[in-house]
Amino acid sequence: MLEKSLVTFITAGDPSPKKTLDFMLVLERYSDVIELGIPFSDPVADGSVIQKASIRALKKGFRVRDVFEIVRGFRDHSEKKVVLMTYYNPVFRMGVEKFIRLSAEAGVDGIIAVDLPADSSREYVELCTKHGIRTIFIASPNTTDERLRVIDEASTGFVYLTSDYGTTGKRERIGERAFDLLSRAKSICRNPVGVGFGVSKEEHVRALIQAGADGVIVGSAIVELIEMYGEDADKHIEERVRELAKGLTDDPGS
Amino acid sequence: MRFGEFGGRFVPEMLIPPLEELEEKYEELKESEEFRRELDYLLRSYAGRPTPLYYARNLSKKTGGARIYLKREDLLHSGAHKINNTLGQALLAKHMGKSRLIAETGAGQHGVATAMAGAKLGLKVDVYMGAEDVERQRQNVFRMKLLGANVIPVKSGSRTLKDAINEALRDWSRSFEHSHYLIGSVVGPHPYPTIVRDFQSVIGKEIKAQILETEGCLPKAIIACVGGGSNAIGAFHEFIEDREVRLIGVEAGGKSIESGEHAASLSAGEKGVLHGMLSYFLQDEDGQILDTHSISAGLDYPGVGPEHAWLMETGRAEYVTASDGEALSAFMELSRTEGIIPALESAHALAYGMKLAEQLDRDDAIVVNLSGRGDKDMGIVMEVLENA
Repeated sequence: MLEKSLVTFITAGDPSPKKTLDFMLVLERYSDVIELGIPFSDPVADGSVIQKASIRALKKGFRVRDVFEIVRGFRDHSEKKVVLMTYYNPVFRMGVEKFIRLSAEAGVDGIIAVDLPADSSREYVELCTKHGIRTIFIASPNTTDERLRVIDEASTGFVYLTSDYGTTGKRERIGERAFDLLSRAKSICRNPVGVGFGVSKEEHVRALIQAGADGVIVGSAIVELIEMYGEDADKHIEERVRELAKGLTDDPGS
Repeated sequence: MRFGEFGGRFVPEMLIPPLEELEEKYEELKESEEFRRELDYLLRSYAGRPTPLYYARNLSKKTGGARIYLKREDLLHSGAHKINNTLGQALLAKHMGKSRLIAETGAGQHGVATAMAGAKLGLKVDVYMGAEDVERQRQNVFRMKLLGANVIPVKSGSRTLKDAINEALRDWSRSFEHSHYLIGSVVGPHPYPTIVRDFQSVIGKEIKAQILETEGCLPKAIIACVGGGSNAIGAFHEFIEDREVRLIGVEAGGKSIESGEHAASLSAGEKGVLHGMLSYFLQDEDGQILDTHSISAGLDYPGVGPEHAWLMETGRAEYVTASDGEALSAFMELSRTEGIIPALESAHALAYGMKLAEQLDRDDAIVVNLSGRGDKDMGIVMEVLENA
């Protein structure tokens, strides 16, 4: 699913479902995978930037089923991969199989359920496989090699490595923890690995790709532009993502 | 790890290793004679255990029907049952080599009890509290600060307990190497609901010994209020095998169940996953968690501990509601008949206890867990009575 890829994240419905689709069409020019966050009332794994985006979308009346419409709209224009990022409760509430089936019908390629640990996910993984949806599970710097194997086993899309402890959000630098985890994951996982949390600069992207990451995930650095510019964020998003995508190349000058 | 299908460990991956560490250390320590002796000493000499089982003669006479006993957790140091758990977990944290406690609090009782345990055991304490609750519970905020704790107002979401829990979880996910998250109720990911229950089960053990001594038999019913449900599980647990004893949890009915302004997760919620557990939650059709309402900030939580969900589904415990108005009436009644001002939380249990007593005979005894005292609620009660 990843091959020296930039994965870009935005929150569905922020500032509106229509604009989400517009932003996706900007993102797809520079990224191989678009990650769409489903707004949730209590997003404990997220920092304030993405939490605020969820609240903005929910205040505007965003419903979970709107995300399927957005993906369907996107499919009319692009073949690029789309993965949903969600907390488990909206999935559980809708009914796990129904959620997965509707995702597949809309053209979703994969799902990340951030608070569903790999070792309690057998039924979910089976249902995803049945409907042709890739599973993506998260590993953190404190994940043991043994658990990395479990996470890799449950994943059919890629393994998402968090660069640090804590929540999503921009960080000044990508620390040693990220590179240690990346090197362990590369030696253990049969899936490609993507690194997220804190990635916000071209040099972050370059350093991670050079260290062997198959993909780099950028969220808060894009979502903050939507917070700042709202409906008019398109060109700001384009500028930032173009800049970040340069990090995929070896040459800083290119 | 599960209570039937309920409970579990639904958290971001980085919290799994600290939860495993906690489980391992707890399993080891709970078998340790030294740890039990240390905790027992703290509970007796510092917290004031055992608490009396008090026969409320005047209230029983006035209510008519069964004799009402009150388990006086309100007499504990800190003024509520919360101290049983905070001393236990703070001691656990210390044995784990952690230097800092993170807590979240609604009414402030758990925050105060954590601040006390932290001060006593020499641990730094940071308490997250919804900005709304910081306003509503200013006295407890002041108490926590006096005790050396740092109170962090949470301005996100509904600015109440659930948002404080979200912030505490975020903090823990970056600080678990040196911090212990001291959860205040039988909620959260495994092993928290079990650990908190174990530390609170002292309540039921004492009730059993005391009622057998006074009455010579077990009570008809044990009644306790349920927000997250720690005092209720504490009171119930010893009696789960004693099928003849009815276990009744009383949830916050708020303005009314029909109005939607309540905090009755078992009576009016749906199954869901939040704060690390599968349990019952107040939520909309999309699984978005709803805001709650209760006159008692301590019951104002949209979920409930997974063991309660299981006790309800298996039919072993019953769950009912008491409205704000009923709780307030019980609050006044106990104050006037017995000279005991209960916490608004406990007043919910009392309201239903009085109702049940009326239906039973004079020969029957029931126990209401008086989980805390009402001093902290003076501001709220004064405001309600002045506007009445």
